[in-house]
Amino acid sequence: MDNMLDIRNLTIHYEVESGTVHAVEGLNLTLGRGESLGFVGETGAGKTTTALGIMRLIPNPPGKIKSGEIIFDGENLLDKSEAEMRKIRGEKIAMIFQDPMTSLNPVMTVDKQIAEMISLHKKVTKSEALKLAGDMLELVGIRRERMHDYPHQFSGGMKQRVVIAIALACDPELLIADEPTTALDVTIQAQVLELMKELKQKFSASMILITHDLGIVAEICDKVAIMYAGRVVEYADKRSLYSHPIHPYTRGLFRSVPDIDEDVDELPVIPGLMPDPVNLPSGCAFHPRCSMATEECAKVRPEMQEAEPGHFAACPFCVKKFMNGEAL
Amino acid sequence: MSEKEIIPELVRKRRSPFVDVMMRLAKSPLAMFGLAIIFVLVFCAIFAELISPYSPIKQDLMHMFETPSAEHWLGTDEFGRDILSRLIYGARVSLQVGFIAVGIALVTGGMLGAVSGYYSGKLDNIIMRVMDVLLSIPQTLLAIAIVAALGPSLMNLMIAVGISAVPTYARIVRGSVLSIRSMEFIEAARAAGSSDLRIILKHIIPNSMAPIIVQSTLGVASAILNAAGLSFIGLGIQPPNPEWGAMLSGGRQYIRDYPHMTLYPGLAIMLTILALNFLGDGLRDALDPKLKR
Amino acid sequence: MSEEYIRVENLKKYFATKRGMLHAVDDVSFTIKKGETLGLVGESGCGKSTLGRCLIRLLDSTSGKVLLKNDNDDGYIDITKASPREMKALRKRVQIVFQDPYSCLNPRLSVWELIAEPLIVNNVHSDKNEMRKRVRSLMETVGLAERLENSYPHELDGGRRQRIGIARSLALNPEFIVLDEPVSALDVCIQAQILNLLNDLQREFSYTYVFISHNLSVVRHVSDRIAVMYLGQIVELSEYKELFSDPLHPYTQALLSAIPLAKLDVQRERIILEGDVPSPIEPPNACRFAGRCRYAKDICRTTPPALKEILPGHFTACHFAKEQKQ
Repeated sequence: MDNMLDIRNLTIHYEVESGTVHAVEGLNLTLGRGESLGFVGETGAGKTTTALGIMRLIPNPPGKIKSGEIIFDGENLLDKSEAEMRKIRGEKIAMIFQDPMTSLNPVMTVDKQIAEMISLHKKVTKSEALKLAGDMLELVGIRRERMHDYPHQFSGGMKQRVVIAIALACDPELLIADEPTTALDVTIQAQVLELMKELKQKFSASMILITHDLGIVAEICDKVAIMYAGRVVEYADKRSLYSHPIHPYTRGLFRSVPDIDEDVDELPVIPGLMPDPVNLPSGCAFHPRCSMATEECAKVRPEMQEAEPGHFAACPFCVKKFMNGEAL
Repeated sequence: MSEKEIIPELVRKRRSPFVDVMMRLAKSPLAMFGLAIIFVLVFCAIFAELISPYSPIKQDLMHMFETPSAEHWLGTDEFGRDILSRLIYGARVSLQVGFIAVGIALVTGGMLGAVSGYYSGKLDNIIMRVMDVLLSIPQTLLAIAIVAALGPSLMNLMIAVGISAVPTYARIVRGSVLSIRSMEFIEAARAAGSSDLRIILKHIIPNSMAPIIVQSTLGVASAILNAAGLSFIGLGIQPPNPEWGAMLSGGRQYIRDYPHMTLYPGLAIMLTILALNFLGDGLRDALDPKLKR
Repeated sequence: MSEEYIRVENLKKYFATKRGMLHAVDDVSFTIKKGETLGLVGESGCGKSTLGRCLIRLLDSTSGKVLLKNDNDDGYIDITKASPREMKALRKRVQIVFQDPYSCLNPRLSVWELIAEPLIVNNVHSDKNEMRKRVRSLMETVGLAERLENSYPHELDGGRRQRIGIARSLALNPEFIVLDEPVSALDVCIQAQILNLLNDLQREFSYTYVFISHNLSVVRHVSDRIAVMYLGQIVELSEYKELFSDPLHPYTQALLSAIPLAKLDVQRERIILEGDVPSPIEPPNACRFAGRCRYAKDICRTTPPALKEILPGHFTACHFAKEQKQ
């Protein structure tokens, strides 16, 4: 399988008053054609920054892509000019934002917003674009009669459908969805997730789904990357990650979510807080919170190691234990 | 996607909000320039007797219309009065008018606005409609009408300039009270058992200060300008008392032959307004909670 | 534990809007037992937060009663009709923790001032030293380091801010605390820390909680009993395990099936509800869920179902709950 997206050693910093925020620090990631990757981490882990980096939309200042390569379809996006990037955005890589309430233009009818996206990237007449917009709306489950409505006439879930329609309008190769259902209610979230699953099969686009909800990842992703303090700490296909997570952070994350079938008195927690991204701990960024940390962890920054085919973790200690068949 | 999401929280040193604002203000060179000019003006106003080389009203008919020289740095006017001294004393009047007029506008407008915003309903409607009527009359025209009715004097000038600015402050205060009133921490204070008065004094007013401070700074500038304008047309400070607007008006007749008589008062007004505006802009940026991470 | 502590009778809260009366809470009755946690779940706009605020009279109810058992005798006091003086005393007994730790703290007050505020406004301590001690001990109780007392809210992370909110609500030694989505704005790791804290506090001081949340797995974790709300009404109320294993109302069933689970290979039927929650403005006099319900029959569109006890301790408001059970 060829890789459609290959991120190598990506580092993104924000220069602020109090110092340098190490938002993304030496990140490596690959994504195959047609795959969907769940990108999981807590607030401030650098998920959104990575996504904006791929789109080359990091606000500058204060943000800056310091180093690394983002190879998309064999070409490094970081070498592209702004004009070339504009062509790629929307046509090849599309993004769905978290809040459907604010990502639509309130004074434009929804069909026009979709048509705008289409006519930006395709040579079509205005009426053709509007017709395609209607098709897109039907595809995401909105009746054609409503195409001339304004965003405020739709509910939150419907708005997110419109946003999805805009993102898919140009049949992109890569779709980045940043917490697409976080602002929605559970039953509406279920509707939208169902729709996304359906569309995933219809369009053969690859997808990066940014979320903090391990449940959503379990539902629609093939691969999972767990991010902590600007780095990927574990990467695997969904099945092996969910059945045997290796990195201590991943295991802590799984345990701190209350289970729907089981009673526990006390939730196991990861002690402490996310590290301050202005001065990250030396060595492994997780070591101050890790119960297994040794002196070594504070000194050497751990590299990703393959524990089993396709399952990588940035904790040599745990990988070794896992490979020896010991309990983690 | 908020900034919070991109730039994670940073652990910072302990600072009170005031120090925080001042530190951010210090980063803006224009605001610091404005602040410096205002300090100089306030200094001049307070110590006018000590620093002015001559009396501002003493006529010296031997030295009329003198251009700047070693004795009279900025020259003399048609009665031989030292322009520099008149400017220094004039600063006293101008600042007094500026600050007191804004004070009048702020207290009256602020009270009306706070009542309007906090209690809303019918009272709000009545107050705001009256303010709308006042707003529909041009500020200067309103001030002229008030001074014309009360008679020209320093006090009346300040009242006139103050009243004509009331609606602006009423609107600003009402707007910020309305937005603060709906914040969750007001509800939290109520849940803790706080009284209405305490909520207004401790929670609403301190949090609605930012736009008011900014508007007041800019307001002082426009009040000074307004007062100078009224004096220019003879409705403000009466001769021989020094006032920048009146000096400008007095020098008008001689502008062809002795431009320095209008140049320096004009420069003084301009510099003051500019300084206040720079400071106001700087304060707005420094107080903007969106820039506060 | 089984002693009745709060009895809510026919509580209604309507808001006047331009398009008519908004029925935020519409004729709700239930009881809360001493020392228990009652979970209140529902989607946004179902009235759960409004109900929580009416319980402690942060909002005045339109009609109905909230009866709170007196400390010293067996009588009750109706919070909705308490005089201002009685209310001042009641404020010490009933408290609330808010959802958004970013907006529920006055940004201009320091941590110390924030926690001291309830003590000051209620004149709890005349002695300054005593108050200082009390604030310190509250900070310790909720796990805030003493060095933070001069910090301002914007300098702290969400978890710490929520700890301040909790400390404020504990300051007056309340008996009953409404927790309005206390962990919704927090990351999972911090969420777990706060949930454990709330749990420990309840064990130590035997508080009675109403825990409002839209997150079902969190509610299940903390609650003894759970009430499910839909459009201003309670549609199901039951002991927590039974609600999850044996939901009777079709809405509860759909809600439970919609939770994304962090597990693979879970066999379950997902019920996707069609459409959106209808408007709470002037709702029809019928079962409010009928329009989205897959079992709806004629009677559902004409007669509103009452909340009935179908199984011991398990109430539901559905005309066909009994039939479904069989």
